[in-house]
Amino acid sequence: MPLPTGDTIGILADNLRMRNSVLPISAKSATSWARGLHLPRGAKTVLYTGMMYQLIPYIAAMSKAQAGIEDSFLANFVKLGRQVNKVINISAFMAMPPKSMRETYNRLLVNIALLLQRAGVQFGYLYEDELYSGALVYDLGADDVLKAHARKVYGTFQKYGVKNVITVDPHTTNMLRSVYPTLLDGYDLNVKSYLEVLVERNIEPKNRLDREVVIHDSCVYARYENVLNEQRTLLKNAGVTVKEPAYSGKFTLCCGGPAESLYPKKARARAEARVKQLKEVARNCVTMCPICYVNLQKAAGGEIELADISSYLVQAYC
Amino acid sequence: MALVNPGFVDAVKQSEAFNASACMNCGVCSAVCPMGIELLPRKLFRYVLLGLEEKVLENTETIYSCLLCKMCEANCPARVHIAENVRFLRSYINKKVFKL
Repeated sequence: MPLPTGDTIGILADNLRMRNSVLPISAKSATSWARGLHLPRGAKTVLYTGMMYQLIPYIAAMSKAQAGIEDSFLANFVKLGRQVNKVINISAFMAMPPKSMRETYNRLLVNIALLLQRAGVQFGYLYEDELYSGALVYDLGADDVLKAHARKVYGTFQKYGVKNVITVDPHTTNMLRSVYPTLLDGYDLNVKSYLEVLVERNIEPKNRLDREVVIHDSCVYARYENVLNEQRTLLKNAGVTVKEPAYSGKFTLCCGGPAESLYPKKARARAEARVKQLKEVARNCVTMCPICYVNLQKAAGGEIELADISSYLVQAYC
Repeated sequence: MALVNPGFVDAVKQSEAFNASACMNCGVCSAVCPMGIELLPRKLFRYVLLGLEEKVLENTETIYSCLLCKMCEANCPARVHIAENVRFLRSYINKKVFKL
């Protein structure tokens, strides 16, 4: 049988309500990427990771476990799992990703921080006070839990006197820029993706990258937040030849990632279809969303080389 | 056969989130859906507008399978906010069926 929808959403919503994240991770895991960067704690402008890159290795480990449960007799125990999870954080046992994967995703956040510093942006970080944005729970329609969580997130920004938020991924950008204003009265944060900030700052490349890549746009950047030109501008200015796949820009094809939490097999099928399109254009593919990155990576099977856009940009601009 | 549920009709009417009155049932949304979901959203929204709650609930898996990727919205000639409508239905089912 498939994963029981209500209980699966229930576990994610319970985690957000009780533990401030759909998949709770330790403060050490969430903040270790910033070690050695000496970022000030809080500031008028902050880099807000929304914990998305840090969570991806855990989400990947969890979805692997879920894929094993989907269509097996174990799916019958998800209901029981929800009750146990209210007392003990069972997701911590189910999702234990390898250290190398955590380091890979942490490195992407370091890239972004270095790029912003190179562009002359003064910013702080909220460290262990930073909270997940609630994007998954929003997508799954658990509105009451999301609204209460959004108040907590906004309260943290207010506590530190934050006015400007620089985001690192499309889902968090969408939540903070377009969703929160519909949930919270008086919400007054200025939210921009780091890609937008780098273009605004006219960051100049130090090195030229003579490479050819196929670009995979995130649905959320392309169709929710209209972030379409910045990624192309930054890559092209760095000397990268950007090739467009079938279905690109405003009409990009979803990687399937949003189906991962409830229907891992459907998510995998969509990712395989997208990889097929991408590999027809170039062997190297650039993504700008951690969910796209991990979902396409799983389906690629070595047929294409995937990299987060920050990996290219840091080579060119830092 | 299906029965109209007046309570469902009221819930939809009171919601600011659900609005499919501009849908002209052209089928572009279904044709471009990357999940290949034939039902979503045109027939589904018709069920909602007619108050056929049973028909909507029969399609729970379809409603939660939607990627919310907005490929349909980007192609919709009537500019229906399809993803918002799907989110509304999820929220409705979460409360009504799953008691979340």
